[in-house]
Amino acid sequence: MPMPSSLQRLRRELFATPLDSLISVLLMGGLTAAAAGLLHWALAQAQWLVIQANSTLFAIGRYPLDQQWRLWLLTTLLAAATGITWGLLRAWPRPDRPARLWPRNDVLASGLLALLALLLPAALALTPPLQLRWWGITALMLLARWGAGCWGPRVPGPIRRLLPLAWPVLYLLGMVLINGGLGLMPVPPSQWGGLLLTLIESSFAILLCFPLGILLALGRRSDLPLLRWGSVLYIEFIRGAPLITLLFLGQNILGFLLPGGVAPERVWRAAWVLTVFAAAYVAEAVRSGLAAVPRGQLEAARSLGLPVHQALIHVVLPQALRVALPATVGQFITLLQDTTLLSLIGLLDLLGTARTVMANPAFLGKNAEVYLVLAVLFWCCCAALGLGSRALELRLNPNANVRSTLANAKA
Amino acid sequence: MGSPIQAQAGAAPPWWRNRRLIPWLVQVGVGLVVLVLVAFLVGNLVRNLTAAGLLLSWSWIHNPSGFDIAETLLPFNAALPYWRALLAGLVNTVRVVIAGLVGATALGTLMGTASFSSNGLLRRLARIYVEVIRNIPLLLQLVFWYFVVFLQLPNGTAALQLPGVVLAKSGLYLGHTALVNGVWQGSLRFTVEFTALLTGLVVYTGAFIAEVVRGGIAAVPQGQWEAARSLGFSPLQTLQRIVLPQSLPVILPGLNSQYISLAKNSSLAVACGYTDLYSVAETTLNQTGRAVEVVLILLGAYLVIDLLISALMNGLNQLVQIKER
Repeated sequence: MPMPSSLQRLRRELFATPLDSLISVLLMGGLTAAAAGLLHWALAQAQWLVIQANSTLFAIGRYPLDQQWRLWLLTTLLAAATGITWGLLRAWPRPDRPARLWPRNDVLASGLLALLALLLPAALALTPPLQLRWWGITALMLLARWGAGCWGPRVPGPIRRLLPLAWPVLYLLGMVLINGGLGLMPVPPSQWGGLLLTLIESSFAILLCFPLGILLALGRRSDLPLLRWGSVLYIEFIRGAPLITLLFLGQNILGFLLPGGVAPERVWRAAWVLTVFAAAYVAEAVRSGLAAVPRGQLEAARSLGLPVHQALIHVVLPQALRVALPATVGQFITLLQDTTLLSLIGLLDLLGTARTVMANPAFLGKNAEVYLVLAVLFWCCCAALGLGSRALELRLNPNANVRSTLANAKA
Repeated sequence: MGSPIQAQAGAAPPWWRNRRLIPWLVQVGVGLVVLVLVAFLVGNLVRNLTAAGLLLSWSWIHNPSGFDIAETLLPFNAALPYWRALLAGLVNTVRVVIAGLVGATALGTLMGTASFSSNGLLRRLARIYVEVIRNIPLLLQLVFWYFVVFLQLPNGTAALQLPGVVLAKSGLYLGHTALVNGVWQGSLRFTVEFTALLTGLVVYTGAFIAEVVRGGIAAVPQGQWEAARSLGFSPLQTLQRIVLPQSLPVILPGLNSQYISLAKNSSLAVACGYTDLYSVAETTLNQTGRAVEVVLILLGAYLVIDLLISALMNGLNQLVQIKER
């Protein structure tokens, strides 16, 4: 009697041999037990009040209450910019395929976002005004995405080229909003905390370590012995030391290295140490990309009359960075995870905030709930970065573009 | 646009276009900048340290430390000098690193090969393990293992018991175990701090090693599997005798960097309450204020550990290179 194909596949995958069947049964039993235990714990035993009562603390630390409108404004701006960028990316035609306004994944992502905006504030037991704000921000983002998708093709070329500049401008604006200045009341870094501090530290370090890493990688491959050995020394020194010892160095010795009073605030010291640390690893990732570019590329560019720096910028680096992209983003993900080490030197990043919350007698012993939520949060952020990297990799891959163009031409 | 070539053919180029001179000028310039910067920083350091009365000196290292270390291989007490404390910390670090290397290699190899299993469930579980572990910060995992898992273990008769192994809140007991007056005793005892740190390091590094092993196995041509199977090897024999030996030259360099990162990551022991080198150094700094010396000791010690691992792995690498005529 012929079996349905799905059953056949199940049999091939799980019960091909007696040993396989045994392994499958054991694993399924173990998995069911673990899932049931976890579900029972999460629904019956865990007390999620520790998260609900401290959600603001986890999000922004001890940021002054009367200045929080600045963070709401920043979130709104970020949501609008994300929506517009997303819509424009879909509206403009791409070299590899015609523009499609609503691919299936986008519909899925929008639905997921809307669902999250509905469920998450409720799960966190936010007050109705706060819930309304989150709904508004999500609606604004989806609306901006829809609007940019509709109007995107009509944007004239020169403005199109200027639009990416909105992001660095927004970043600087965000720093001003968070930090104060330009007429806003200054909020000292010691009052930043939670997710806000984690994001500031990691974004600052990611943005700065990338150019620094490229320079170091170029230095390491340079023909000039002094530059080469200097870069090698720097990279190997940093890579030989655990991050915690460097953070320790930054907190305890940086003050001695600079003339009195010039040493930056502890939060910024840590940000600089993270930058300097990650730059060495990014340099190694970029170096592997540079090694993948054939020597002839530089020679050809030089023989066409390009000076060295132009040959590097226009010919070698674009190819090298494409190859180095997965490893580089891998380093960024590591960097995001490494911000948890700030809690060991007494800063209140997400993990540091978690520790202070659990030191509160009211929430003593609620380790499992807090750590689980943090783990899910970090997992989502890192997995999203990884997914983005893979999408970018596909998009930048010239062979894939050629292949899909051919496929389109055939079809 | 042809004029530069004609000019070059005629006369010697001006000095600012000299291909030999410019690189040297660039180097001298960069070198000078670095030199001035270093001189500035070191000058400040010396001036500030002198002002604080902390100029580089090593005499404090012979003073009695005044703190105790919960678990040591070397005998240690508070009356012994700082250098003994640091040495005890170093030995503790080396202990957890060696145990971690063995454990992570075993787990990583198991999980790496599991992703080639004929069993679909096992294959997917191996992938899920890697994806979950790699995207969660190690420090978070360590505090999870310590506070949520190991500190919640029961003591006494309720402890987890297997033949020859007892896991209780008071520690991990191996060998001949017995319950004496409600307290477990065993021929080999590890504290729960050590066990939590070791578990965290093994599980975390194991995920990365699994990826390295998977890459190495994937690099062996499919024909090797088929040839071995057609000669009558079982799947396990094929893996053991044919595939793994060929993938080792690919795997070992990747393992090297994972081993080094495990050694460096062991410095997070302080999150589990295990007294390793970093933790002793931190206490020493708090007591003596000798920041520069302590950082130098830390950097030097980890550098030596890294270099030792690298040397070992390079030696191994030469052993497993496929010898051709």
